[in-house]
Amino acid sequence: MADNAPAIELKGISKAFGPVQANKDISISVMPGTIHGIIGENGAGKSTLMSILYGFYKADRGEIFISGRKTEIPDSQAAISAGIGMVFQHFKLVENFTVLENIILGAEDGGLLRPSLAKARKTLVELEQEYGLNVDPDAVIQDLGVGMQQRVEILKALYRQADILILDEPTGVLTPAEADQLFRILGRLREEGKTIILITHKLREIMEATDTVSVMRRGEMTATVKTHQTSPAELAELMVGRKVLLRVDKKPATTGDVVLDIKGLRVVDDQKVERLKGIDLQVRAGEILGIAGVAGNGQSELLEVLGGYEKATGSITLNGQPLDLTGKGSDGRTRRQRGIGHVPEDRQREGLIMDFSAWENTAFGYHRAPGYQNGVLMDNSAIREDTAAKMQRFDVRPPNPSLAAKSFSGGNQQKIVLAREIERNPDLLLVGQPTRGVDIGAIEFIHQQIVALRDQGKAILLVSVELEEILALADRVAVMFDGVIMGERMSDQTDEKELGLLMAGVAA
Amino acid sequence: MDFLTLIQLLDSTVRLATPLLLACLAGLFSERAGIFDIGLEGKMLAAAFFSAAVAAITGSVWLGLAAGIASSIALSLLHGVASITFRGNQLISGVAINFLAAGLTVLIAQDWFQQGGRTPSLMGGGRFEPITLPFADALASVPVLGPIYAELISGHSFLVYLAFAAVPLTWWVLFRTRFGLRLRAVGENPAAVDTAGVSVVALRYAAVLICGVLCGIAGAYLSTALQAGFVKDMSAGRGFIALAALIFAKWRPWYALWATLLFGLFGALETRPDVIQAVIGMKVQGQLLGALPYIMTVIILAGFVGKAVPPRAGGEPYVKER
Repeated sequence: MADNAPAIELKGISKAFGPVQANKDISISVMPGTIHGIIGENGAGKSTLMSILYGFYKADRGEIFISGRKTEIPDSQAAISAGIGMVFQHFKLVENFTVLENIILGAEDGGLLRPSLAKARKTLVELEQEYGLNVDPDAVIQDLGVGMQQRVEILKALYRQADILILDEPTGVLTPAEADQLFRILGRLREEGKTIILITHKLREIMEATDTVSVMRRGEMTATVKTHQTSPAELAELMVGRKVLLRVDKKPATTGDVVLDIKGLRVVDDQKVERLKGIDLQVRAGEILGIAGVAGNGQSELLEVLGGYEKATGSITLNGQPLDLTGKGSDGRTRRQRGIGHVPEDRQREGLIMDFSAWENTAFGYHRAPGYQNGVLMDNSAIREDTAAKMQRFDVRPPNPSLAAKSFSGGNQQKIVLAREIERNPDLLLVGQPTRGVDIGAIEFIHQQIVALRDQGKAILLVSVELEEILALADRVAVMFDGVIMGERMSDQTDEKELGLLMAGVAA
Repeated sequence: MDFLTLIQLLDSTVRLATPLLLACLAGLFSERAGIFDIGLEGKMLAAAFFSAAVAAITGSVWLGLAAGIASSIALSLLHGVASITFRGNQLISGVAINFLAAGLTVLIAQDWFQQGGRTPSLMGGGRFEPITLPFADALASVPVLGPIYAELISGHSFLVYLAFAAVPLTWWVLFRTRFGLRLRAVGENPAAVDTAGVSVVALRYAAVLICGVLCGIAGAYLSTALQAGFVKDMSAGRGFIALAALIFAKWRPWYALWATLLFGLFGALETRPDVIQAVIGMKVQGQLLGALPYIMTVIILAGFVGKAVPPRAGGEPYVKER
């Protein structure tokens, strides 16, 4: 084994799922003690590649070398013994187990738990000192925040003596402060000689944290470069194969009357926890109000109240007329009749029924609309035609209204929901996470549609956990933290740093 | 109600709780591993028949017990193949096992013994006889403690003591061993087990097998200890009451003991309307007592008395995703 052998080297990895070539002849080599980024759009093949490395899939062709030695990885056990640790995007933790129990799971010493737990407790203290990864070993996972849970995942890998750590979209659920902390930890791990592979679609993280970066596009590795020799613009171009606008092209807003006026809005959930603690907000015609905040600080509840499926106290008026917040008029259909379009945060659960066809999905919420009915029956052929037309206008691919919602890619699913809501010409459009899990090409299109609706003089309430998106799209930004509005800023007079502080609950 | 009646009532509670307890622990192993099992009833019934049949033919209750356990394991494996290997719906597989057992036992009983779907009555070595604990007779005359020891604690069959010993054993296995940790983990989040390099399939099969063994003992108890021989549908819904007890017990071994004892007490009271009338001064329909376990389970499930949170991955076949 040569001293300067790469920690991990892939040669000609290929993997096909039926007719889809997920990975095409991929070769990379990562030196020990470095952070290597892999960036690419959704569906570019990053996750497939990592699954091959972790023994979830078997590559059709190609070889893997660990520290210069050819290694077969038929299952996760083999990956672990080869010194590979993986931190998945969705954590693989047992929620009602303690930190310690999660750490030893699968790596116990002997049949009885007590000695294993004692040993793990000791090792944990050592790891804590070595890498600054402190976490209470007796805490139950479900009581920990996501940042801490992620730390447990990293500790799990280190406990198994991983030398190569793979992190898949690690910052998706973190606050900017937590993300900074994560990158500090990764830096520390690199100093100790660990090799880190960071998978992400966020250019900023690649630029800040990595030493080298590989770009994947449609299953192929399009480039591997040293990070300090490249730029975000170049990487973005390599990712999509053409230049994309990272800023949304839009004119200054010309605002009109107040469309939505929220006063003293409170929501108490089933567990008697107050989720919204007195919200005051206004959205005018012709403007986009962005709600920034870390997921879980009340944004979802705000959308649910406005969408008509969560009860609340306080007052909301739409075009000067009050909305019913508790009674018979607080349901999705009534809200839509009043002129509120809603693109929910979780399109696969709230926006669409995945097994239903595109045209059926297009009828939801509007199934009693004129033109969709034929006496007491639904006019299916009319809905189908209407859907086909909408799919054309919103560039949904493939433009086939009979296809089930689940057969479309994330971006195209979102376009179906957006077409349904925007084409009803709402006075107020609620948009939650419009581009979550959507590739860059579709992001651009979706942003353009939202801006176009604004320019028609409609009011738009945008909720997103992506600060970049809020800054690019919104005219005005309100930051939510723990059920209250921490502050409002004009988006051209603020920056990520200031908003980040507000998101962390620090009044600026 | 006098003291002796109370002792008799509790004695009969223990007898009736035993099959519930065994089946409840069987379900506990299976469901803690994420495999819902409504086929407890069918497995008990099959085991009841095969243990009585083999005991009747060979005259050995131990061979009968072995046959009962084997038949129950066979049905467990069927459930495992359907729901673990082929990722089928666990409820449907369980229902199928219940129907299969109900039909097959009577069919085979008729074919083998021609007694209208029964087995011959078991005698002598074909039954589990009561075991008299040391000094039971000598101590019987001691006031209060004597009758408790002699009547309530002593004088049960081997399987009763086995069932009660299974409670601490189950607790120990679940919470003090590596196997238990992994078993609980696989019922909560199989992906965590899988990514830790441990086989989800093997763990779930192990759980289902243990479930089969315990159900087999429960069934054997019905036909070779509680009764002397098999009759049609003799499990009489005990598998379902055990499931109710499992929910009532929140999937915990010690709670399972208390839940099944409580349900056993209802069963005992059902046969003693005179006791109820004496205690509460009112006539209560036996059927109401029979329904009580279900009613209480519905109340528990509705969340009135604490919350029963089932294992999170329960009922879902594990499909590895990227």
